[in-house]
Amino acid sequence: MSHWIIAPVVFPAVLGALAVLVARFDIVLQRVIGLAGVLALAALAILLLRAATLTGPEAYFLGDWPAPFGIVLVLDRLSALMLLLTAALALPVLLYVVGTGWDRRGQHFHALFLFQMMGLNGAFLTGDAFNLFVFFEVLLIASYGLMIHGGGRDRLKAGVQYVAFNLVGSTLFLFALATIYSVTGTLNLADLAQKVAILPEGDAALIRVGAVMLLLVFAIKGALVPVQFWLPGTYANAPGPVAALFAVMTKVGAYAVLRVYTLVFPPQTPATGSMFADLILPAGLVTLCLGAIGVLGARSLGRTVAFAAIASMGTLFTAVSVFSPAGTAAALYYLLHSTFATAAMFLVTDLVLARRGTGSLAEARPPIAQSGLIASLFFVCAVAMAGMPPLSGFLGKLLILDATRAAMGLVWPVILGTSMLMVVGFAQAGSLLFWKATALSSDTQRSEARPNALPFVVIGLLLSLLIGLTLFAGPVTGWLAKTAAELYTPAPYIAANALPVGG
Amino acid sequence: MELLVASSIGLLTAGGVYLILRLRTFPVIVGLSLLSYAVNLFIFASGRLAIGLPPIWSKTAEGYSDPLVQALVLTAIVISFGMTAVIVMLGLGAYLEAGDDRIDMEPSSPADDSGEDRA
Repeated sequence: MSHWIIAPVVFPAVLGALAVLVARFDIVLQRVIGLAGVLALAALAILLLRAATLTGPEAYFLGDWPAPFGIVLVLDRLSALMLLLTAALALPVLLYVVGTGWDRRGQHFHALFLFQMMGLNGAFLTGDAFNLFVFFEVLLIASYGLMIHGGGRDRLKAGVQYVAFNLVGSTLFLFALATIYSVTGTLNLADLAQKVAILPEGDAALIRVGAVMLLLVFAIKGALVPVQFWLPGTYANAPGPVAALFAVMTKVGAYAVLRVYTLVFPPQTPATGSMFADLILPAGLVTLCLGAIGVLGARSLGRTVAFAAIASMGTLFTAVSVFSPAGTAAALYYLLHSTFATAAMFLVTDLVLARRGTGSLAEARPPIAQSGLIASLFFVCAVAMAGMPPLSGFLGKLLILDATRAAMGLVWPVILGTSMLMVVGFAQAGSLLFWKATALSSDTQRSEARPNALPFVVIGLLLSLLIGLTLFAGPVTGWLAKTAAELYTPAPYIAANALPVGG
Repeated sequence: MELLVASSIGLLTAGGVYLILRLRTFPVIVGLSLLSYAVNLFIFASGRLAIGLPPIWSKTAEGYSDPLVQALVLTAIVISFGMTAVIVMLGLGAYLEAGDDRIDMEPSSPADDSGEDRA
C-alpha cells in the first residue's frame, strides 16, 4: 500500500496552514510556499499517474480501517488524470497571480489556493460518497474565499449568491446520500456498486429518487441546465485568475457524474436502467444551446467567456451521456481541452479588464496597451473555445461527433450549429474590443513602464498545453481510451477496496 | 413517531424552501439553516428510528441503533454550522459595502461600473 496516495490531500493542507500561521505578513514567503506546493503537487500527480497506469486501481485505507467501515481513497487512472489536470492548471494560474499581483489585493490568497487544491484532490481521490460531500465542502469553502478575494460591492453580492446557491446544493447532496444510505446501508462507492446491482425490486423507486437527487447536485457543480444560472454572475465577478482556476471546478461535477454513474449506477443496473443517459443528454444539449446563445448575446466580456464555459460543459455532458467507452474517452479529451482553453480565456479577459477598466461590450473604447499581443492571444483562445481547427477543441468535438453517431440526427446539428454561434459571438466581441477601438483613435494607450512579461508567458504556457494536446492527440487519446475502458470494467476498482466477502 | 419525525422534516423543508426564495439576505440565511436542520433529521431517520437502543456495544442491550448515521449527522452539523457562519459574514460584508441587503444584482450605473455590467 503506497502512502503517496494521501499526499495530494495532506500536503496542501499542511502548507496552507503554514501559509496562514508562519507567512501571514510576508507575501514573498507566501508566494514561495504556494508555488512550491503546486510544483510538488504536479510532481506527485505525475508519480501517481505513473503508478495508476502501471498497477491499476489501488486503495488507501485511512488508519488501516477496512472498507466499507473505514474511509478509503482510491487511485485509478481517472482520478490520477484529474489530479494531474488540477496541478497543471494551478501552476500557470498561480504564476499569473504572482505576475499580476492579484495576491496583494487581499489576505491569504495562497492559503486559500492551497486549501482549494486539497479539496479538489480529495474529491478526485475519495472512494466514499460521504467523503465526496466533505471534500466538496472543503473545495467550496476555499472557493468562497477566493471568489470574493479583493472585495468590492458587486463581487461581494455575487459571492453571497454563489454561497447561498451552493449551500442549497450541499443540502440536496445530504438528502441524496441519506436516501441512498437508507436503501443500501453503505456509502462506500465500491460497496454501493455491488449492493445496487442486486437490489430487491421493492427498493428500486427509492434508490432512483436518491440517484436523481445526486445527479442534480453534480449538475449544479457542472453548471448543467436547469441549474446553470449561478455560473455567469460568479465567474464574471470573480477575480480573473480565480475564474481561471474555477474552470476545473465545473469539471468536478463532470468527474463525479462519470465516477458514480459508471461505477454505482451503470446503464445495465436493473433498478435504474438508462434513465441517467436519458436525463443528461437533453440537459447537455440545452446547456450547449444556452451557452452559445449567451456568448452571442452577453453584454460584457466576462459574461461572454462565462457563457462559453457553460457551452463547453454542455458539450462535455453530451459526450458523457453516451455512457460508452468511446464516448467517455471523447469526453475526457474534451475535458482536458476545455479546462485549459477556458482558463486561458479568463486570463486574457483579466488582461483586457485591467487595461480597459471595464468589460462592457456596449461601446468601443480607445485602444489598450499591448493591444496587438492581447488581441492575438484572444484570437487563439477564441479559436480553442469555439472548437475550430487547428487546436484541440476541434479534435475534441470531432471525437464527440464520432462517439454520438447513434443519435446523429439530434446531436450533430446542435454541436455544429452552436460552434457557429460561438464563432460569431467571439468575433463580435473581439472586433469591438480590438478593431473598433483603433477606429476610435489611432494612438494606443501610453504605458510608462515596460509591461510585466510573466502574465503573457503564462497564457502562452496554457496555450502551448493546448497545442501539446493537439500534437500528441494520438498517444493521449490512446491512454484515455484505456482509462474509459477501465471505468466500464469496474471489477479491479471494486477488488481494490478488499470488501469482506458476502458483506 | 414516524409521523412526527416525517412531518417535522417536511415542515422544516417547506419553511426553508419558502425562506430561501425571499429577496433579502437575512431570510435566505434563516431558510438555509432550517434546511440544514431538516436534512440533519432526515439523515438521522435514514438509519431507521429506534428508541432506547445504544449505538455501540453494551452488555444489556437487546439491539443497536445505527451508529454510522450519528457520525454522519455530526459531520453534517459541523459543516453546516461553519457554512452558516461564512454566509453570515459574507452577507454582512455585502450589506456594509452596498448599503442594502437585497440578494439580487441590480444593474449598476455606467458611472461606477468598475468591472462588469449586470444583466
